[in-house]
Parts: sequence; C-alpha cells; structure tokens
Amino acid sequence: MSLGSSGEDQRPHDGTPPTDRRKIAWACVCLAVPVVALLWVPSYAREDPSIGGIPFFFWYQFLWVFLCSGFTWTAYKLVESARGGRR
Amino acid sequence: MTPLLTGSVTDTSVNTTALVVLIALFLLVTVLGFMASRFRRAEKLDSLDEWGLGGRKFGTWVTWFLLGGDLYTAYTFVAVPAAMFSMGAVAGFFAVPYTIILYPIIFVFMARLWSVSHRHGYVTTADFVRGRYDDRQLSLAVSVTGFVATMPYIALQLVGIQAVLEVAGVGGGDNVIAKDLPLLIAFAVLAAYTYSSGLRAPAVIAFVKDGLIYLVIIVAVVYLPSQVGGWGEIFGAAQDKMQTTNPATGKPTGSYIPGDGQMWAYATLGLGSAMALFMYPHSITASLSSGSRNTIRRNAAILPAYSFVLGLLALLGWVAIAAGTDPTGLDGEKNPQLVVPQLFEDFFPDWFVGVAFAAIAIGALVPAAIMSIAAANTFSRNIYKEWLKKDATPQQEAKVSKLMSLVVKAFALVFVLTLDKQNAINFQLLGGIWILQTFPAIVFSLYTRWFHRKALLAGWAVGMVYGTVEAYQISSAATDHFGGSLAEIPGLGDMGYVAITAFALNLVVTVVLSVVLNAAKVSNGTDVTRPGDYFADAGDPRVDADLEVEDPLAREPDRP
Repeated sequence: MSLGSSGEDQRPHDGTPPTDRRKIAWACVCLAVPVVALLWVPSYAREDPSIGGIPFFFWYQFLWVFLCSGFTWTAYKLVESARGGRR
Repeated sequence: MTPLLTGSVTDTSVNTTALVVLIALFLLVTVLGFMASRFRRAEKLDSLDEWGLGGRKFGTWVTWFLLGGDLYTAYTFVAVPAAMFSMGAVAGFFAVPYTIILYPIIFVFMARLWSVSHRHGYVTTADFVRGRYDDRQLSLAVSVTGFVATMPYIALQLVGIQAVLEVAGVGGGDNVIAKDLPLLIAFAVLAAYTYSSGLRAPAVIAFVKDGLIYLVIIVAVVYLPSQVGGWGEIFGAAQDKMQTTNPATGKPTGSYIPGDGQMWAYATLGLGSAMALFMYPHSITASLSSGSRNTIRRNAAILPAYSFVLGLLALLGWVAIAAGTDPTGLDGEKNPQLVVPQLFEDFFPDWFVGVAFAAIAIGALVPAAIMSIAAANTFSRNIYKEWLKKDATPQQEAKVSKLMSLVVKAFALVFVLTLDKQNAINFQLLGGIWILQTFPAIVFSLYTRWFHRKALLAGWAVGMVYGTVEAYQISSAATDHFGGSLAEIPGLGDMGYVAITAFALNLVVTVVLSVVLNAAKVSNGTDVTRPGDYFADAGDPRVDADLEVEDPLAREPDRP
C-alpha cells in the first residue's frame, strides 16, 4: 500500500470516460430539485393543510424523504447510462 | 393525559429490570465487537487499510448499516428530541431537511473522492489534498480541522450514553467517581474492541444497533401518540409551550413552525450541516470502506430511510411535551437531554425500557468507535507520518492509529466536562462550523485546480477564526460562551448558522486570493492525480493493483 507516488510514471495517461452530457445535465436537475425545495423554507412553513393532526410543515418534509430518494435513484440510473455502464 | 407524571418526577431509583436488559445487550455487542476481527477476515490487521478501512471491501448493505450507524448517532436519539422539547422546530426539526439534502450533495462528489482515493491509496481527505497540491500546510490544516471537529461530536455520544444511564438510575449525583464510572466503563470496553478489531467492530455492531433502533422507534411512534391523545393533541401542546413567553427572556419559549425572521436560520442550519457532514473524517472513513465507486451512490438513494426515523424521533420530543415528561436528572436539575429516555421509562414496561436504552447506548457506541478510528487515522497519516516520522512503516502507522483512538476518546471527555450539556445539539453544530471550512479545499479540488493552494489555506484560516470567535460570543441562559450556533447574518439582519456565514467569508477570501495568486503566476504545487483517476472503479486493473486485496473472493458481490 503506497501513497501512490511509486510507479506512477509507468502507467499510461488516461482521461475521462466518454460521457453523454445531456443525461448528466438531467441527473444534476434531479439532484438539485430536492435541495432547492427544502431550502425554500417560506414555501412550506405553514400549518395548513394538516393531515391527521400533523401540520403541513411536518408532513411535507416527511414526504420529501421519499421524493428525494426517488430523485437520487433516478440520477443514479441516468449517470450509469450516461457513462455507458462504466459510470 | 399525564397519569405517570407524578410518579416519574421523584422516581430516581434504579430501574433494575431495564438495567439488566441494558447490560445484557451491552455484553452481546461487546462479544460481537471482539469477534468482529474475523468478519471478512484479513491476513492481519496491522495496516491502516485493514484496521482503519475494514479492507475497503464493504458492499451496499454493509455500507448502508455502517453509514447509518455512523451518521445517525446519539445526536439523533438525544440531542434532536431534546432541542425539539426545549427550543422547538428551528433548533430541532432542521435535522430532517439536513439529512435529506445531504444525499444529493454527497451523490455529486463522493464517487470522485472514492475513485481517486482508491487509485492512490488515500485514507483521509488530507491525503487527497496533499496529492492534489503537494502542499503540506494545506494538508495539515485539513487534518487538524478534522481531528478537532470530531471531538465535540464524540463528546455528544458520551452525553447520549450518560443520559440513558442517568434515567436508568445509575451515575449522576454528587459523588464524582460514582457519577462517571459507568460511562467510563462503557467507554473503556468500547476502546478495547475498537483497538483490537478496528472498523470491523462498528460495522458488525451497527447491525444490532440499527435493528434495535428501528424496533424501538416504530413501537414508540405507533403506541405513544394514542396514549397522549393523538397527534392533534401533541402538536397543540407543543404550540402552547413554544408560544408561551419565557419569563427569563421575555420572548417565546421556542418556535412551533418557523416564522418571519427564522427562515434563514432553518435553511442555513440544514444546508450547513449537510455540507459539513461528509467532510468529517468518520463519514469519509465509512464511505471509503465501501467496495466500489457506486456503492455510495446507491446508498444515497436508500439512506434517507434513516432520515424518516430521525424525523419521527424529533417528534418524540413533542410527544414528551404532551405527555408532560419531566426530565429531571439525578442531581435534581432539569436536563432536556433526558427527555426521550424518561418518556420511555414513563410509558413502557421495564424490559422494553431496557431495550430502548440499549438502542440509545449502542447507538452512541458505534459512531463513537468510527469517529475515534477516523480521527486516529487522520492523526497517524497526516500528522505522525507527514511531520513526525516520515519513514513510518504501515505497521507503525496502524499502531499509532490504534493508540490515538484511545487518546481521542480521552479528549472527548474534556469537551463533556467543559461545555454546556444543556443543549448538546451545539456539540454537533460547533464541530460543523470548523469542519465546513475544509469544504473548498476538498470538494472544489475534486473538480478543478483553479483555486490556489495558498488561497484555500487563507480562506480556511479566515473561516476558522471568524466561526470560532462568533460561536464564542454566543451566550445562552446556561453559559456565557459557545451557547449556540446562530448569529445575525451580516447584511441580512436575520439569524443564521455561523458555519454558513464563515463559509461565505472563506469562499470570498479563497476566490479573491486565487485570482491574485494565479495572475501573479505563483506556483500551485504539483498534482499527482490524473483526470482518469476520478472515474476509476473496483475491478479496474489499476485499482486492484493498488489495493492489494488479499482475498478477492471476500469481496461482496454488490452489483445489481
């Protein structure tokens, strides 16, 4: 186990794998949506409509746990196919 | 509906049944901890890759448990509900958006960090910075920050264990030795199996921990609300408490739903914490121990399951308000950290109280183990080998790490003894202020070398000083300094998380100085990484050559 300095120069130079930039862009959108939605606090800092006694503010954020999971998985699949399986 | 209230106020006696269950489960994980060295066994544990990263071959599910056990700590169980109970939604519930937006953020950069780290054998972020810029000072800054920021976080775990023991009726009180003895024993045991098994110990124990936590939370959230009159009742009681004027300050007790002037606080706490979390050595350690580049990305999609549980736990702080839980410690003083353990003791049969307490205590041990391993790796790699003994062998590195993991835990005790425990959530937020200042040097550097190494160092220094001074000046009812982590955002007027303000300042300094130094053509060091390194994956011949995997068959098949 070395810090990577030994034998470095013998290896061929290699660049980035071929990438489908459109798919990467869409993946970035998928990742940005949950971040923007949750940081935009005034959009959900209110009480109504409440569900089963739970104010909107709280159940809305619980809902985003699942939405964010979905968006992140979609982004994963997009990145995977954008790099032709090499990811 | 507070039928048990009067009973609980004065009940400081030892809960024998709960204690027996707690100790039994504790013994179980202790045995597991020592046996863990056989898990995905290596020839020997005397290198950092084996001791400190578990051989770098954990698959999706082991990583899920390990990261879950690592990130959702006593902070989750004790500090967040305590903050909800005493200060309301802004101080407590921000943990939910924080642990949601965390995953898109790490999705973006963690795969690159994994690849370059595997390609070059990096164990810490400071290793990467060293390789990227060949700059010892910047690397030292990153490693020292990681080391220091981890201390209050480990201290928070101690607070969690202490809370459980106190409600169970042991520890606390006036006698100094008796007060901390159970905690010291728990930590000595933890230290022993961390020393002998390395990262494999928390990886194995994390299975037990997460299982117990899910069990306890689901039972609590299904059963408790009906006992106190339903969710409507709970939110009503919380609203009443938070809007009541606190006679001491003349202001409302806390926040029910963030109102005008609190939006920035809520958003910056969430964003700052999310950006900070994966700068910590312990998060990096758990991430780098995964077996392939995309393990961490798959985990970004499945880890939010824990965030859901965290949200439920936060709400338990408000269930306790409706239940009239009285978190009075053995010393007769109010201590919000006791609120969840006390709530369980009031409502559940003793044996289940024991299970719940074990979940909290073990839930503190797992992250404490990973944190101390990670901080120790950082020390031996980037301080010991880099500055003290350049020709250290991997065996010596691992030995220093093992010893350091003990020292780190001792340092954490200092934080517990010196800082205000009333709002233990600040332990985590304080570390966040520091660690976030390493973000530009680590994450920006994964993409570009436009930023100048000296500019990154200067920006880091400015952010560290500003953040520490600001945090030092924040007073609370219980303490004059380090009493919180919200301060007025200059130019905006609203309150915000100090870490973000310091980060913004850091960024401005870094950008301005980078422009100047680049224009002046000052050397930006040499870069040993190549563009392709940031995309390398397991199975890649170059990676395997570097990894020296002892037993390729032990690699968990985790491709879908």
